[in-house]
Amino acid sequence: MKIAVCIKRVPDTETRVKVAADGRTLDESGVKFVVNPYDEFAIEEALRRKEQAGSGEVVVVSLGTQAAQETIRTALAMGADRGVLLQSDRIPSDGMLVARALAAELGPGSYDLLLFGKLAIDDYNQQVPVMVAELLGLPCVTAVTHLDIDGQNGVAEREVEGGVEVVEFPLPAVLSVDKGLNEPRYPALKGIMAAKKKPLDVKPVSFPATDLEVVSLVPPPERKEGRIVGEGPGAVPGLIRLLREEAKVL
Amino acid sequence: MSGVLAVLEQRDGALRKVSFEVVSAARRIAAARTASLEALVLAGAAVAEAAQAGKFGADRVVTLTHAAFARYAPEAGARVIAERVQREAYDVVLFPATAVGKDLAARVAAKLGVPLVADVTDFAVESAGLVAVRPVYAGKALLEVKVSKPPAVLSLRPNVFTPLEQPRTAKSETIAVDLPEGPGRVVVRELKAALAGAIDVGEAPVVISGGRGLREPANFKLLEDLARAFGGRAAVGASRAVVDAGWRPHADQVGQTGKTVSPPLYIAVGISGAIQHLAGMRTSKVIVAINKDKDAPIFKVADYGIVGDLFEILPMLTEEIKKIYG
Repeated sequence: MKIAVCIKRVPDTETRVKVAADGRTLDESGVKFVVNPYDEFAIEEALRRKEQAGSGEVVVVSLGTQAAQETIRTALAMGADRGVLLQSDRIPSDGMLVARALAAELGPGSYDLLLFGKLAIDDYNQQVPVMVAELLGLPCVTAVTHLDIDGQNGVAEREVEGGVEVVEFPLPAVLSVDKGLNEPRYPALKGIMAAKKKPLDVKPVSFPATDLEVVSLVPPPERKEGRIVGEGPGAVPGLIRLLREEAKVL
Repeated sequence: MSGVLAVLEQRDGALRKVSFEVVSAARRIAAARTASLEALVLAGAAVAEAAQAGKFGADRVVTLTHAAFARYAPEAGARVIAERVQREAYDVVLFPATAVGKDLAARVAAKLGVPLVADVTDFAVESAGLVAVRPVYAGKALLEVKVSKPPAVLSLRPNVFTPLEQPRTAKSETIAVDLPEGPGRVVVRELKAALAGAIDVGEAPVVISGGRGLREPANFKLLEDLARAFGGRAAVGASRAVVDAGWRPHADQVGQTGKTVSPPLYIAVGISGAIQHLAGMRTSKVIVAINKDKDAPIFKVADYGIVGDLFEILPMLTEEIKKIYG
């Protein structure tokens, strides 16, 4: 089974966002970067599928700056076989441009499965996997929390509001995966050493103009200073009164 | 002449609340552009309630029916919507940013070869285009983007745009469609409903979340009791710490690697307020925090706080809420 996993280098969840001098991007100074948390589930799933099949290849693909090599090495340390960096000085906000670059690399017919994380915790675009699938003409299921594959047929579960959809699809397919699908492994020391010797191709990519212009990146409005209503259960009636009369939410 | 298309969401023949949010937002664009507004529903059969979209500002309500549309049919659904957008030359297409809407909007945008502005929380209509605001970094920042070339395809975050009654004399029609290319390879075989009476964390008007302060999984019963006291309007959420510890399912997690919620009322119980949790709930309209540590960061974003032992405070709060909704 040949599997491609698309991953992204993103700021850690603990990051405090500071806007750069251009007013449109993140100030990356002092920011710790990690493998996008949802992508870890995709890497883990790919490794398990390959292990179960007993043969195959897991290729990790990332679009990003040179620094994303480190992100790819993390996935290689977890056990992926080789990496491809689609190197660019920036990642466009327009998910369609990202999808086109990935689709060009992933090609039709090259893989049995293309796996992605459900979303990237930086831009929250949550659209690239579907767009790649559309561009390659492949079936796609998003936000998968449970997966069974039998030969060329798959059954996935995905959460929708107030329920779970059970979805059938044929392979090859594009899947984006959600938390809950599996428990990602940590890279072992042996894996980290091995990762240094695994092949990592760097291919420059450039993007055409987009019709989506980033106007600004701004901090969210500060919340109005709140107040401590009181201490202990005795404060409950006061809270109820405020919620009814002031906040008008009850 | 230009047009705005609002794609609605139905389940089992009933329009979901978010549909009215999308129509109301679409009306704002149509009014600014003096454009007509079409509301579109895909369903297995005629949807009696579809005409309701007219009450919220649609000029025309179209229901496209096919047996395959009884459940979400991603491939065929995207195809008929994209074809319609091209044929009718809509300038703006709005989707709800629900689980289904996010999937569908990306497919339609890809078929049209245009950008998708996802999970929008605000927008402004300008002569040269549409400027949309969307939270990034889980709400730690807002990204403002401008779409200058039609069609602009947007998905709107649920619970953010207020459904507003602004009745039009809407023309309603139901059209049975053929799917010459079939219903698609991706088939939703079954929709397993959540437990009866359960309401999704992402949609509930009241979200009561618990963290480590609950001490053990069984104590979440206190939050469930409080949720029940709200008479089916409340859902129980959880912090990442307790989800990672296996106390609660990940579907309940609120935060940067869970759900982002914006309910009218958010109650954080025994949650200290890690930055990644705050990111997921800071756009709630009113935030109440109950925590024994008066210096907990959660109190910095809470409108109202009670410092103290949650095991004493919760039963009292539940009693008081019962008096109101019981």
